[in-house]
Amino acid sequence: MELNIAMDKQELLNEELQKSRKAKKFNLYLGMIGMFMMFAAFSSGFIVYTNSGVDKGIKTILPYVFIYSTAAIVISSLTMYLAFKAVKNNDLGKQKIFLIATILLGVVFFFLQLEAWSVLFSREITFTNTNASQSFIYVFTGFHLAHIIAGILVLTRCLIGAMKNIPLGNNIFRMEIASIFWHFLGLLWIYIYVFLLLNQ
Amino acid sequence: MSTTVISHDAAHHDDHGHHHETFLTKYIFSQDHKMIAKQFLITGIIMAVFAMVLSILFRIQLAWPDKEFPILEVFLGKWAEGGRIKPDFFLSLVTIHGTMMVFFVLTAGLSGTFSNLLIPYQLGARDMASPLMNMLSYWFFFVACVIMVASFFIESGPASAGWTIYPPLSAVPTAIAGSGLGMTLWLVSMTLFIASQVLGGVNYISTVLNMRTKGMELWKMPLTIWSFFLTAIVGLLSFPVLVSAVVLLFFDRSVGTSFYLSDLVVGGTILPNEGGSPILFQHLFWFLGHPEVYIVVMPALGLTSEVISTNARKPIFGYHAMVYSLVGITVLSFIVWGHHMFVTGMSPFLGGVFMITTLIIAVPSAVKAFNYIATLWRGNIRFTPAMMFAIGMVSFFVSGGLTGLYLGNATLDINLHDTYFVVAHFHLVMGSASIFGMLSGVYHWYPKMFGRMMDERLGYFHFWLTFIGAYLVFFPMHFMGIDGVPRRYYAFTEFPFMEKWVSVNLLVTWAAIVSAVGQVAFLWNFFASIWCGKRAPQNPWKSNTLEWTTPVEHIHGNWPGEIPSVYRWPYDYSKPGHDEDFIPQTVPHSQTMSSNLLHDWEGNEEGIAAQKAYNREHDREIEG
Repeated sequence: MELNIAMDKQELLNEELQKSRKAKKFNLYLGMIGMFMMFAAFSSGFIVYTNSGVDKGIKTILPYVFIYSTAAIVISSLTMYLAFKAVKNNDLGKQKIFLIATILLGVVFFFLQLEAWSVLFSREITFTNTNASQSFIYVFTGFHLAHIIAGILVLTRCLIGAMKNIPLGNNIFRMEIASIFWHFLGLLWIYIYVFLLLNQ
Repeated sequence: MSTTVISHDAAHHDDHGHHHETFLTKYIFSQDHKMIAKQFLITGIIMAVFAMVLSILFRIQLAWPDKEFPILEVFLGKWAEGGRIKPDFFLSLVTIHGTMMVFFVLTAGLSGTFSNLLIPYQLGARDMASPLMNMLSYWFFFVACVIMVASFFIESGPASAGWTIYPPLSAVPTAIAGSGLGMTLWLVSMTLFIASQVLGGVNYISTVLNMRTKGMELWKMPLTIWSFFLTAIVGLLSFPVLVSAVVLLFFDRSVGTSFYLSDLVVGGTILPNEGGSPILFQHLFWFLGHPEVYIVVMPALGLTSEVISTNARKPIFGYHAMVYSLVGITVLSFIVWGHHMFVTGMSPFLGGVFMITTLIIAVPSAVKAFNYIATLWRGNIRFTPAMMFAIGMVSFFVSGGLTGLYLGNATLDINLHDTYFVVAHFHLVMGSASIFGMLSGVYHWYPKMFGRMMDERLGYFHFWLTFIGAYLVFFPMHFMGIDGVPRRYYAFTEFPFMEKWVSVNLLVTWAAIVSAVGQVAFLWNFFASIWCGKRAPQNPWKSNTLEWTTPVEHIHGNWPGEIPSVYRWPYDYSKPGHDEDFIPQTVPHSQTMSSNLLHDWEGNEEGIAAQKAYNREHDREIEG
């Protein structure tokens, strides 16, 4: 009898936990909608501004480095996927390796973006610019990078959790949240890149 | 849409609840939705009083432009040297009055209070989806308020570019006194405010979709919840856009970019910023700014629906139409922002498009107005103070909404733009209507919040003073606007054509002062009743919704036992055949055979068969 009550309690706790996790995941999706709206606003601002005169517009070929950074973030999404798959199979060793790979690729992406900025600088396309369409390139990439930093922090937290051997359920949930966010950042970058390419 | 079942009982809930409540966790950093609602409300009331005092100050200037009031110098120092308010400070007054009223009172004070109070209560949830985010939402808001008020205590004064902070006044720190540190503080405050709204909004949406009790389908939700839910969606989609606008503004102010600035000369020096477009800011701002006015008015509409239906003892007229009109307003709110910009040199074709979308909003708005009136029609009306304010809300919504048809018209707007006609329009339709919706909510749900009743006589006194006062203040402004008197002007004595309006300003200012003093009745009633009010019964208004099934004393988790299940919609008032004039949502249809219609069983064959048998037995001839 007592065992039964204990099991019931466990079940209820589990149900409660699942519910709160579901709500947290849902909050993340809502947050992503908010983030996307911010970039959508930058995009529409860019369009309105660029159409305000013939001397506006990107007026340059986007740095070639962006292709490498795109490759880096796409591969990082792949490694993130593998890391998540590994943890679901309870293969923590593999999880850590792929997680570290993802973080490293994130850092690589970060520096490639900075490299792209220095290419733009060498062409005398600066942030303070009388053609604000060019300033917008920095706004897009800069705000995306700010999110990448947040993403790397989230991934690092996952890695610390994996190192500390937190309970598997928590580990999987952390990884799930992180991978949703990380894939979102990848997609966001592809959106930004395509948007800029179409307008260059 | 599936319904999530919440089946745990309170005993279990207590097991993992953190019950070592200290003063700090109970009253200050509370994560309980009821306490957070009260925090939002009281902060909102304080901000409202502050913003109201600002409005009285500039009304004094408008009524007596040539008179000196030495007392002003005592309080305002160099901003009112010789007892006359300075032009710079006048601009600050209108700016901060607008900002505080729109964002702090009618957005956070209204949505924050009632979404927090009613979403868990009326849906049958123990608390919000994320109580922590909820607490953060309040504290971001609180800090935003403190920073905004603090801008009155700096040398150069608060921001003064208008609540819409158009560049270049907002983007060039050297433009006017208020463009300096005051503007920076405004931007910091608003950034925190946006964070608060997004945190709150995400939580409201998530709670409505994930935490409803058993049987609470979307179509059984009270209209209050529908309005909070849709308001939160509007906020989630529009506030991030304001972030973008503000970020670019920050770059223009502090980094030297030229998103919004071009061809400017300040104090004889040419600014380096070149090629920017101030119109860009207006697009980004109004993409938030217009949805914002619906963020302000929709919760008021929801509260009014509930109060009117309860106190007319009648089902709300056209429940589905009410929901669809809210959905319609939500969708349309995003495609009308251009009507604020008809005179910016916008292409007439684009202006025409915005005009059509704008005028279409009259349809869902009119549906709501007619439905309120149809609900009142032949109702068994109880004129409680809450009901008075709800009816007042409908009155303002109609009289202010009608002038929207004029302003939404691109050609008429050329004449009316930036005149007192606009001031009259939005103060009636969104200012007065929303504040009345909010006050109606306060009077109605006060027993739920504090366990005591407010004094009715003071309530009526407060209502009549405010209602008549608001019309006396805002109605004459229509005529000034038609005559072309521009808003935000410092003195009416400088232009011969405006001088004749000084006498009207005198009337308006006296009306404003009297109704402002009338608010003392409310403040006294509100704060004194917390301790001295009559003790409230569990369901003082004989209402159907779930919050009245909770005990008067607040407890953690809201319901002592299991969360009640819901069997019917919330508006079964005066249902023919039932012995009482209300049937709470928790009463199953099997207990109300004498009043059921066949369609109440929603296709449940067993129920329909039982009902038919019952009807035959009791000679009931009712079409279902």
